[in-house]
Amino acid sequence: MEEDLLSLKGVSKRFPGVLALNNINLDIKPGEIHGLVGENGAGKSTLIKILTGAYSCDEGQMVCQGKHVHFVSTKDAFLMGIAAIYQELSLAPNLSVTENIFLGREMRYKGIGLLNYPQMTRLAREALTELGADIDMGKPVREYSMGQQQVIEIARALIANAKLIIMDEPTSSLSGREVRILLDNIYKLRQKGIAIVYISHRLEEVLEISDRITVMRDGCKIATMDKKETDQEQLIELMVGRTLEEKFPQVTVERGGLALQVTGLNRTGVLKDISFELYQGEVLGIAGLVGAGRTELARAIFGADKIDSGSVAVFGREVKINSPRDAINEGIAFLTEDRKGQGLILMHDIKFNSTLAGLKRFCKFGSFINTKSLCKEVEQLLHDLQVRPANYNIVTRLLSGGNQQKIVIAKWLCLKAKIFIFDEPTRGIDVGAKVEVYNVINRLISEGAAVIVISSELPEVMGISNRIMVMHDGRITAEFNRSEAAPEKILKAATGGINHESKFTPTIAG
Amino acid sequence: MKVSSPQPLPGDSNGHKVHFRQIMQKLGPLFGLLALSGVLTYLSPYFLTMDNIMNVARQSAINSLIALGMLLTILTAGIDLSVGSILALSIVLMGIVVVKLGMSPIIGIIVCLGVGVLLGFINGVTLTKLSLPHPFISTLGTMNVARGLALIVTAASPISNFPEPIQFLGAAFLGPVPVSFLLVLVVYGIFHIFLNYTTVGRYIYAVGGNPEATRLSGISIDKVLIIVYTISGFMAALGGLVLVGRVNSAYPLAGLGYEFDAIAATIIGGASFMGGEGTVWGTLIGAMIMAVLRNGLNLLSVSSEMQTVAIGIVIILAVYIDVLRHKAAAKVKA
Repeated sequence: MEEDLLSLKGVSKRFPGVLALNNINLDIKPGEIHGLVGENGAGKSTLIKILTGAYSCDEGQMVCQGKHVHFVSTKDAFLMGIAAIYQELSLAPNLSVTENIFLGREMRYKGIGLLNYPQMTRLAREALTELGADIDMGKPVREYSMGQQQVIEIARALIANAKLIIMDEPTSSLSGREVRILLDNIYKLRQKGIAIVYISHRLEEVLEISDRITVMRDGCKIATMDKKETDQEQLIELMVGRTLEEKFPQVTVERGGLALQVTGLNRTGVLKDISFELYQGEVLGIAGLVGAGRTELARAIFGADKIDSGSVAVFGREVKINSPRDAINEGIAFLTEDRKGQGLILMHDIKFNSTLAGLKRFCKFGSFINTKSLCKEVEQLLHDLQVRPANYNIVTRLLSGGNQQKIVIAKWLCLKAKIFIFDEPTRGIDVGAKVEVYNVINRLISEGAAVIVISSELPEVMGISNRIMVMHDGRITAEFNRSEAAPEKILKAATGGINHESKFTPTIAG
Repeated sequence: MKVSSPQPLPGDSNGHKVHFRQIMQKLGPLFGLLALSGVLTYLSPYFLTMDNIMNVARQSAINSLIALGMLLTILTAGIDLSVGSILALSIVLMGIVVVKLGMSPIIGIIVCLGVGVLLGFINGVTLTKLSLPHPFISTLGTMNVARGLALIVTAASPISNFPEPIQFLGAAFLGPVPVSFLLVLVVYGIFHIFLNYTTVGRYIYAVGGNPEATRLSGISIDKVLIIVYTISGFMAALGGLVLVGRVNSAYPLAGLGYEFDAIAATIIGGASFMGGEGTVWGTLIGAMIMAVLRNGLNLLSVSSEMQTVAIGIVIILAVYIDVLRHKAAAKVKA
């Protein structure tokens, strides 16, 4: 039998109050692509951190290339040939490509100790050429796209002679073409005998590329299967531990009055003559490729970015919106794609975050906060949104993605917003929690709110919207009712009618 | 958070642990103060006498007040380097108005505090409206301008002989307790309420924690920052008022280096330089630690040069402990 590159036996990791990893047995063979899937909080990140030496395990053994190892730092793991490429790339943006590839392992001229740039550049270029990248070695890394930067990271791992490369959500910020290039490169790495641990929410991708797939749930390994033995349905079932009957729960809500009317909105180079209407009791989905101007449209309506021309009417009344505050005063809420960066103040607790926008509501005697009524309201919100644990003193940093999203929603519910704009509401949220977010959206429209959902996940847009608007290059290129919408039609409109690359890598349609 | 002490919801196991950690976070600096006091009590019989305690209370007052203004700026992930100079310009202008021009002490006090408010307001406005990249720059500018002006208007000489009412805050005692320390307690109480129970107070924490999220929540960051720097200027002037009372003199080089004592107090008291974290009581304890340390080293006849070295070490030690605490917290998270 072929010797394992890396094997874990009975590995456990405990944090105060949680058993993050429970008796994990896992083996990685040389030159295999090993998919790793599981909901958020299943223990994938902890497992990666054990593999890369960021954490050391409490129990269990690790054998790497025949040797018992106990990593106490990432350097230990790196020296054993284990490299990791994270979702957020870890290059120094101001340094050149060569400098990044050799960062920490610079080559020097013998004797004088000065850096040997010619040799480093040559080796780096060889590695990049092998990966099919055409990159100027002297330019700072920030001038390259995410996809190219990722290739640079892979080159870095190659130069370091990595035997195992762990990739954590490597395609989450890549375009369709870049995804293709990455997958091709992964096959090249496999041919060189390098093993890959591939972690992704995009199950189709995992199914396509992996030789074997391991499913994790609640800190346990549920199964390791050959790709041929399994399919997407089964993976989802194993991940959530139950079948998802209703991926997209439906409610029937009578369409109400006109909530938002946007007419002739322009922002030079970004938005071109955008007009549309939004009614109470409906979900308007906005589909489109990354860069089509969807987020920009939301920001313009919300007053976060200036517009050059056009008008916005809220409940039939034309309004001037020059800042988020103006929009909020009109009852508009904007739930950004980047929850951690723009939605929450992570170091603060649920209570603080969920009442931040609506704080004025709890004031008496001018600007003194009535803590009692505030806490009562937060309690009610947590109950309504089914946040678990329902303790408003928990710091939001500690919450799962789904719960964090709920807190952002709570913030706007607390403000009594009437128009909700969601930008990628379920990005990075695990399958089960997605349904809960959809339920919340359904509740909002049942209560007479008007909702816009921007989403790059086609099944999601189609599953939850009453109407779907498609954007391409800053324009609205099509509009469909739920019944007329079909993936091909939407894709065609999203690519401006021309059928080139698509960003719609199918994802878990949770 | 630091708001009151709400009970964890019933049936929740997680609440207690989070709460316990928060309490530890608050009490960390207090333990430091108690330990330091314990050591000094052992080393010097005079340390734990009423006289000496009141002496420390009096000595810590000015820094305590200035540090409170500094805390606000640090909570917003900013800094105010101009407090020492603002203090100097405030008091010398008061000196000119009261001593040289013979106006009423009330007007003098109004001038003193008014100058602080005005300069603080300018700090805030230049920071926000000129879009300067960091308050380090706006307040560095003000620091030089105010110090220069203080030297110019006094022709570099001190002003003395202030009337009784102006000296009250800095010199008077209520029984054994210095009025300046009572002032500190009252002001700290007010700030506690301001930071925890008013919208602006909460917004200050929000701005420091995540400016973009705050802006998208409809809060005017500019307004919050202007308020913060204005308050910091006011607190510097108030510190100046206490200083004049104590030394009965307003001199243009007053307050030199006070900004660093104030920063040190907030940081020792557990405020985060990254913004969004820190409490008034922590800051008070931080200022007390510095005063106790200086006092103790004086009692032990350690030279002032060595004291400076000791304070430097304490700052680094205090922040290092804070770093360790954060690391522990991060571990818990994952």
